[in-house]
Amino acid sequence: MTLLEQFQLWLGSIWPGWAAYIVPAIVGIVVVLGFVLTMVIVFIWYERRLLGRFQVRLGPNRLGPEGIFQPIATAVKILLKEDIVPTKSDKVIHWLAPVIVFVPVLMIFAVVPFGERAILTDLNVGVVYVVAISSISAVGIYMAGWASNNKYGLISALRAVAQMVSYELPVVLAILGVVLMAGSLSMTQIVASQKIPFLLLQPLGFVIFFLGTVAEMNRSPFDLLEADSEIVAGYHIEYSGMKFAMFYLGEYGHALAYSCIIATLFLSGWQGPLLPPIIWLVIKVMAVFFVIVWMRSTLPRLRVDQLMAFAWKGLLPMAIINLFIVAAEVLWLSEITPWLMVAVNFVFAGVLVLLWSKLFTLGGGRVEV
Amino acid sequence: MAIRTEPFILNMGPQHPSTHGVLRLRVTLDGEVVTDVELVMGYLHRGIEKLGENRTYAQIIPLTDRLDYVASMTNNFAYVLAVEKLAGIEVPERAEYLRIIMAEMMRIANHLMAVGFFLNDLGAMMTPVLYMWREREKLLDLFEMVCGQRLTYNYMRIGGVSHDIPEEFLPALKRFVAEMPGFIDEYDRLLSQNEVLLARTKGVGILPKDTAINTAASGPVLRASDVKWDIRRADPYSIYDRFDFEIPVGTVGDCYDRYWVRMQEMRQSVRILEQAIAQLPEGEACAKVPQLLRPPVGEVYGHIEAPKGELGFHLVSDNSIAPYRFHIRAPTLINMTALKDMAIGWKVADLIIILGSIDVCLGEIDR
Repeated sequence: MTLLEQFQLWLGSIWPGWAAYIVPAIVGIVVVLGFVLTMVIVFIWYERRLLGRFQVRLGPNRLGPEGIFQPIATAVKILLKEDIVPTKSDKVIHWLAPVIVFVPVLMIFAVVPFGERAILTDLNVGVVYVVAISSISAVGIYMAGWASNNKYGLISALRAVAQMVSYELPVVLAILGVVLMAGSLSMTQIVASQKIPFLLLQPLGFVIFFLGTVAEMNRSPFDLLEADSEIVAGYHIEYSGMKFAMFYLGEYGHALAYSCIIATLFLSGWQGPLLPPIIWLVIKVMAVFFVIVWMRSTLPRLRVDQLMAFAWKGLLPMAIINLFIVAAEVLWLSEITPWLMVAVNFVFAGVLVLLWSKLFTLGGGRVEV
Repeated sequence: MAIRTEPFILNMGPQHPSTHGVLRLRVTLDGEVVTDVELVMGYLHRGIEKLGENRTYAQIIPLTDRLDYVASMTNNFAYVLAVEKLAGIEVPERAEYLRIIMAEMMRIANHLMAVGFFLNDLGAMMTPVLYMWREREKLLDLFEMVCGQRLTYNYMRIGGVSHDIPEEFLPALKRFVAEMPGFIDEYDRLLSQNEVLLARTKGVGILPKDTAINTAASGPVLRASDVKWDIRRADPYSIYDRFDFEIPVGTVGDCYDRYWVRMQEMRQSVRILEQAIAQLPEGEACAKVPQLLRPPVGEVYGHIEAPKGELGFHLVSDNSIAPYRFHIRAPTLINMTALKDMAIGWKVADLIIILGSIDVCLGEIDR
């Protein structure tokens, strides 16, 4: 029983039924939203400071101690901007797109466990829910690019669809490995079954899932949707003011959501000694986001055909092989000590990654015109 | 059922972060594939060539700063060399060495910026740029020490340089020269074997040898196509024949070769700087030249190996205080004409990096 359900039961004993139904829902939503929005603000600050460090500069450090209030200043600035809608845009879709990008991101947090019983709803198909909800954003991005009536936006929108669809497959296959090993689709069960983090038990699955999610949240080196040196911010080029803020929040919300899911699926979620669960989750999320920012500040961007090749020729076959390996292990090797399995799986991962890097290169060449 | 598609025209620029200024490209796209590129130039036209015809020879020097504003020192150098050739002026030994030191420092600063922004075009999120600016900053400090300016130096004079170097300059330069190879190694470690960089640049935007020669390309763009042509060696000016350095050439002429040639040229420039510091003689920094120079009737073409390619000045004198005709051969304008050959058939993203690998500067193209 989750904390929220317990609260609901207790409230039902003193209040009328309808109130006992609505009030806990509102409390839960407010708490989770508060967590998400605070963390997004922290993420913006964290990324800017980290990028500063990676790029031999300081990063924002004027507003508040260590520049901690800089994201708030940014938010105020964005909100005060004029909302410009292009004359020839499709007004309704242009208005709707940021909402469709932002809302699914919030919905993901419904199944993220923040502690032993601290979860909004313990869905028994939590993983499927995450996969389903997170792909809705692609529709929003496509709508934004299309409705803006801008050529850069259109290129970005078409790239978005191709990229999101391609990377969904390896991500789902990598999750299947986790599900097989945990024996459940529920997020709380997956966390509970991680005596050893799945990062160690399935290093290859982790790498595939991590790269796939980085691509899904459009971060460098897979940030082709926004590619500011090519298509100048892409789908949100024609957005300003609050609508742009929604995209901005959505981007960091996505990063936060996926960091939470990576932490939950592969880094044993809220589990950890001494500190309270929520602190452990935040530490793990920050660590995942650190790697994402590190990649962003180091690697050049892939080209669109190379991006596709990487998904279909690189990640997807590896994910399938990984799934078979995990299935075989669960079937026949479940008796051996977990640490032996860790060693075996690291060898598998190393061999496969080496083999794949030798087998194919990110090619793609000139087209005859 | 076949889906009916049609190409569309994308106006890239003049406001675009990767056109390095106010260049406009009318790109015809078939999906992501570039099928045609048309260059639209002139957004930064200031009429420098016409302005030059109404100024005295000495007054033109600050105008040349505004050509390729990333490498102003070599612009000064090319211009004063042309005027000295026209008027037959001897330059003191020390001034020659100071000019070479400045020109090679400028080459390093320019290549740092070129490589950095090339990586930025590749999508490396400002990191290489900011690392390279760390070194460029030191060079700008050195230039500031010499002439008080960080961008438009106006340092060279007809017959020498404007002032001798201050005493704290040489130790600072020696420190820079000592630590620069280490920094280039650092960039090499980060970039040269990077899988994504190799995948994005190897074989992309090939400029074949004969096309490179036929378009009169010069500088790193030409040398990347395996043509060993460097005016410092091919038509030695100033005192370049006294220095020992190599001319790095590429193999196929793709974007990676252009990147690689620039990295190697920085190492060679450091070598030249080392030798120049060691040989620097004492003496005058500027010859005695009349303030209102009246060169004899005639015309002259003086060219140097600027960081971006062959920078030439064509001057016609009618024995008055101003040139009768003042024409600039800007390297990037000529190199840019090869863009269409290189870019057609590649994707939009490749068009951007091919443009970045040419290392354009709009101040020079539009002048």
